[in-house]
Formats: sequence, structure tokens, C-alpha cells
Amino acid sequence: MKAVRSHRAAHAAIAAILVCAVGDAAARDRGAVAAKIEYCKTCHGIAAQGYLGYYAMPRLAGQQEAYLENQLRAFTERRRTNPVMFNVAHALSPSMLASLAGHFRHLNPPPFGGGPRNLVARGKTIYEEGIPDSNVPACSACHGPDGKGRDEIPRLAGQLYPYTVKALRNWGQERGQGGSASPDVSAVMAPTAHNMTPAEISAVAAYVGTLR
Amino acid sequence: MKPTTIKIALLAIVCAATGPVAAQELRPANVRNCIWCHGTSAQGYASAPRLAGQRSAYTEKELRAFHNHTRDNPQSRNYMWGAAENLNGRKAHDLAAYFATIPGRPARDGYRDLVPEGKTIYELGIPDANIVSCVVCHGPRGEGVRDIPRLSGLSYGYLYNRLKQWNEGYHASATYPMPKVARSLSPAEAEALASYLSYAR
Repeated sequence: MKAVRSHRAAHAAIAAILVCAVGDAAARDRGAVAAKIEYCKTCHGIAAQGYLGYYAMPRLAGQQEAYLENQLRAFTERRRTNPVMFNVAHALSPSMLASLAGHFRHLNPPPFGGGPRNLVARGKTIYEEGIPDSNVPACSACHGPDGKGRDEIPRLAGQLYPYTVKALRNWGQERGQGGSASPDVSAVMAPTAHNMTPAEISAVAAYVGTLR
Repeated sequence: MKPTTIKIALLAIVCAATGPVAAQELRPANVRNCIWCHGTSAQGYASAPRLAGQRSAYTEKELRAFHNHTRDNPQSRNYMWGAAENLNGRKAHDLAAYFATIPGRPARDGYRDLVPEGKTIYELGIPDANIVSCVVCHGPRGEGVRDIPRLSGLSYGYLYNRLKQWNEGYHASATYPMPKVARSLSPAEAEALASYLSYAR
């Protein structure tokens, strides 16, 4: 009887310790996620609305979770070339990746702004109707009429003008770099980005930068 | 006198008149108040940073910050608040534009053995410790852009102190990232960064 009791007591004690340990770990994880979010926002803007340094740091606010997770993996898998983001993404565990993507999805600050206003009207036409003569489909067909994207298709609404310009101009050099061994969904955009002139790219970038 | 000779003579007078005037315009009269501390060629001296080659939009912004007392560390209070008291928009703009035209010389006064570590932090940050890369804002050679300052070649002491001041809560701001960046750096990491940048060009 005594042995059983002490046995039970020992079990209870172990269980209590386990509960405490799990609680500590959860709190530690929450602290780690909060610290990592602050780290992201140091470069991507205090409200994740993007920031313009020497390079343009893209808006993460309101971004599709599947897109963010896929891109962060693309950096570590060398499908997307970016030496700084390679290191940043390398330090993220899969669960951290999911926590970050889930956090940014629900932020909704106003657009960073600053794009050329005189190009917005032309950009809107291209966004909604495409450029049939150059085989450029309407952006809205995949990215949605409001530019919010879906799953792996990114939100464009409110994106920084210089970032969108650079992404489209460099598409073939930056995205889908894994070769046939690691195919990349970014291949879908390759012909479209290729078929757009610099002026058309600027116009579309100016337009999506104004969307809320 | 032949008409052509008159023309040449007139031209000579016009040249003689415009040459020095243009140079005078580039060099604001009140620049001598600056070089008292920042050095006759604006290369910096002791705790006064190099102004030569600095981005003019940055220098102008900082003069405004001294004028508005938002850059508020003790040395700024003691020296620059008074110095910038009468620098209104136009005067600040002209001074900043003038200093940007002077080529800067690297101070090269940091710890040499810390340069490789500083270069790594500058370029890649320390992601595991949530320390961001400096390169994304200050550029691949520390050259800065627009109102983001050039860092390459500034003196070790100035760079280190600037990071320390943000860490201590001076020049606080919620709209730009440096206070947060400085808080994430240990003193050893700040030493490494300041060392690397003092040699960078």
C-alpha cells in the first residue's frame, strides 16, 4: 500500500514537472516568436508595410501564408537567390515559419506609397485587361481583382513600387533557380515577366502599390 | 578697338566675375563654424564625425534633428544644439550640399583583428540572435542612399558611440529602425562593426 502510494506520488510529481516544463517551453516559444517578428519588422517596416533602404524590403503585411512559407523555403533551397534572406530563412524552424506567416497574414497597414502617380491609370488597365498583343494575361486573373492573391499566388496590394519593379525585371535571374531537380511555382510567372516592357512593369507596379 | 577684341575683353571680364562667385556659392560663409570641430577639410576630429562625403539629405536631416532637439545625447546637447540653433532650412541645405562634395578619407582607426567579424555582421547580420544585416539599408559598401547615411570610413569612436547612444535610449524614434537595431547588438558586436566600417571605403 505504502509502495503504491509513493509510486503514485512520484508519478504525480513527474507529471507536475512535465506540465511545468511544457508550460515553460510554450512561453519560451511565444517569446521566441515575438522576438523573431520584431526582427522581421526591423527591416520590413514597423507595421510590416515594407521599407525602403538601399534595397526595397517588401511588404509582408496581409501576405498569403502559403506564399510566405514557400518563399522562405525557396531561399534556403536556393530556388530564389538572395544572400541576406538565405541566412535569415536558414535560422527559421518549420514551426517558426508557420507562426511568422500566420502573424503577417492578419496585419493590414496602409500601403507604403511613393510610386509614380502618373503611371497608375495605365497600370490599372494592364492589371485588369492584360496586354493581349504581347501575351501578357490580366494580372487580376490570378492575383485577384483586389490584388490580395491566393495561397502560393502572392498578394500584390500595397507592395512597394521599387520592389515590384525589381521582382518583375529580375524574374529569370532571381526566381526558379533550383533547376529541374527542384521545380518552382514561380515558373508560371516567367513568360509573363519576360513579355512585359520596362514601362509596362513600372505601370503595373505603380498601380498595385496603391491598392489597399 | 576691333569688335572681336571688345568681345574677347568682355568675355574675360565675365569669366573673372563668375568664377569666384560660383565657388563662393558652393562654400557657405558659415562653414567656418563647422570646421572648428569637424576639421578644416571636414574629415572629422575626435568625437566630431567626418562630414566630408556624407549624403547631403542625411546631413540636412541631422541638422534638423539638432535644431528640433530630437537628437538628444549629451554631446549633441552641448555642442550641436547651439550650433544648429540658427540653421534654418536653406542654410542647413547649403551646408549639407557643400560637405557632400568634399571627398572623405577613411579613418582606419578601429581594431584590425575585429574587421572580419564586423564585415560578416554588416553583410549578413546574425539571424540566430535576431540581428539584422546592415547592408540592406546602408548599401554594399556602406555608401548610404538618400537620407540613409554613408558609414564607410567614419571613425571607430563615432560609430561605436552612436550605436551606444541609441542603446541608451537617446535619439529615440518609432519610425526608423536604428534604435531597435542598436538594442540588439552586444558591445562586442558593436566594436566589430565600428572597426570594420572605419576601414571600409
